[in-house]
Amino acid sequence: MSDQKSPEPRHYDAERQGLSRRTFLATSGTAGVVAALDTRDLMAQGAAGNAADNAASQPLGAVPLTLRINGEEHRLQVDPRTTLLDCLRETVALTGTKKGCDHGQCGACTVHVNGRRVNSCLSLALTNEGDEITTIEGVGTPERLHPMQAAFLAHDAYQCGYCTSGQIMSAVALLKEPCGPDDADVKELMSGNICRCGAYPNIVAAIQQVRKEI
Amino acid sequence: MHSFEFIRPKDAAAAVSAAAQAKTAQQGAEVRFLAGGTTLVDLMKLNVETPTQLIDINRLPLDTIEATADGGLKIGATVRNSDLAHHPVVQRDYAVLSQALLSGASTQLRNMATTAGNLLQRTRCVYFRDTAMPCNKREPGTGCSAITGTNRMLAILGTSEHCIATNPSDMGVAMAALEATIHVQGPNGTRAIPIAEFHLLPGSTPDRETVLEPGDLITHVTLPPAAATGGATSRQVYLKLRDRASYEFALASAAVIMTIADGSVKQLRIALGGVGTKPWRSPEAEAALLHQPANPANFRKAADAALADAKPQSENAFKVELAKRCLTHALQMAATA
Repeated sequence: MSDQKSPEPRHYDAERQGLSRRTFLATSGTAGVVAALDTRDLMAQGAAGNAADNAASQPLGAVPLTLRINGEEHRLQVDPRTTLLDCLRETVALTGTKKGCDHGQCGACTVHVNGRRVNSCLSLALTNEGDEITTIEGVGTPERLHPMQAAFLAHDAYQCGYCTSGQIMSAVALLKEPCGPDDADVKELMSGNICRCGAYPNIVAAIQQVRKEI
Repeated sequence: MHSFEFIRPKDAAAAVSAAAQAKTAQQGAEVRFLAGGTTLVDLMKLNVETPTQLIDINRLPLDTIEATADGGLKIGATVRNSDLAHHPVVQRDYAVLSQALLSGASTQLRNMATTAGNLLQRTRCVYFRDTAMPCNKREPGTGCSAITGTNRMLAILGTSEHCIATNPSDMGVAMAALEATIHVQGPNGTRAIPIAEFHLLPGSTPDRETVLEPGDLITHVTLPPAAATGGATSRQVYLKLRDRASYEFALASAAVIMTIADGSVKQLRIALGGVGTKPWRSPEAEAALLHQPANPANFRKAADAALADAKPQSENAFKVELAKRCLTHALQMAATA
């Protein structure tokens, strides 16, 4: 065994500087954001690029895009291939929206676009210019939870929590959708959100409680 | 995902002329119209679709539902599945369409998916979605992996020795029963295509799924007046059987529009889903039941007629009986509604 001191891991350094692991990752994710250019011309040439090209501060083939997210305007540069999900997580560093299957089969990436819930993994970011986008970060805060967030807490409507933001985004949208009164009706409208932990009974209970209260 | 040029055309004509430059509008197309993206973006991530130009049609004025002069309904190409399913006229006069739409996918996907996109929805055959495997639909001439492989979900009607891929749409099945017309704007003008002639059987060219040519843009779909299918006297049912209760593709489904008077069937439309290589209208089942007494024995005879030409594969022989029971039950539901 060597008595030489091993170097501290990088994330530990970050935590000592007052950055949590999550903040550190989120901060790294914003490195690609650069100042906006004219956003009116959406005709843009995409390009695959190679590793060397991508090392530049502005990704090759990136096009300007302005998104309204949680009431705030974000001027961005994105590769045309970027999905709304990847844009939210990697470019804007809003990591509350989760990537599960990335193919529209699990619902973890659910966000609201103009008040309606969608799978952000199947929506190209460029098609969302001018839309009103709401993510879990825009639904409530730790100090002022949305009634649905409070109900999920009260009913223990999660285990690992990975699907939870998508479940809550769907549940909040469901409140304004045509939905019958029964648990079966809620289950049908929530079927686009998969929970591998199987917290379904508690999720349905949380939603039903909020539906009764409002 | 391969790189592409993102184009937002100012009108439908600009979209058509941009797309007309492509060599094909079928599998391998270099130019694709982007609507809801629920099929196209998914397949682009898998490198099954590799367009070099993507034409965003979401901002074109193709998103309205209007009455037609003859009392039918005009549905814009980019009308979202959820808006169509919940439209009051659709719920009242074309209930089978509303039921079919609501049985498909999830609320999130229905909020995105469009009328035209659903008509062009691609098969869920696992070999089509996997570029490492031979597939005649994706790469003509490479062979069909499904015929000797995993084929439980695949088609038993309309197949060929080259392809047995199922058409996955629910909406298309209801539209086949309703005899919808698909309206296309192309480089040489507009044309109207009956849905029965829109999708192609795989034959020896499974990469060709529709009659669309380069530049053809679906602008809208029309439904005939409700009176054409018995109006308020008809009963409409869409029954879908699948491996789980929701958010799953059909193993077998049936769309039924039926009018019964004095105990016998006066008017009838039948189409099947989950079993065909295209939305499967069944004139054989209709002929077997029309003008016959509406009873379970005759419903079963109609179902036998619908599946008479079924060609099951190694894993999906169960679908023959399942589809028969699905149709028999749907007819029974319509008769007692």
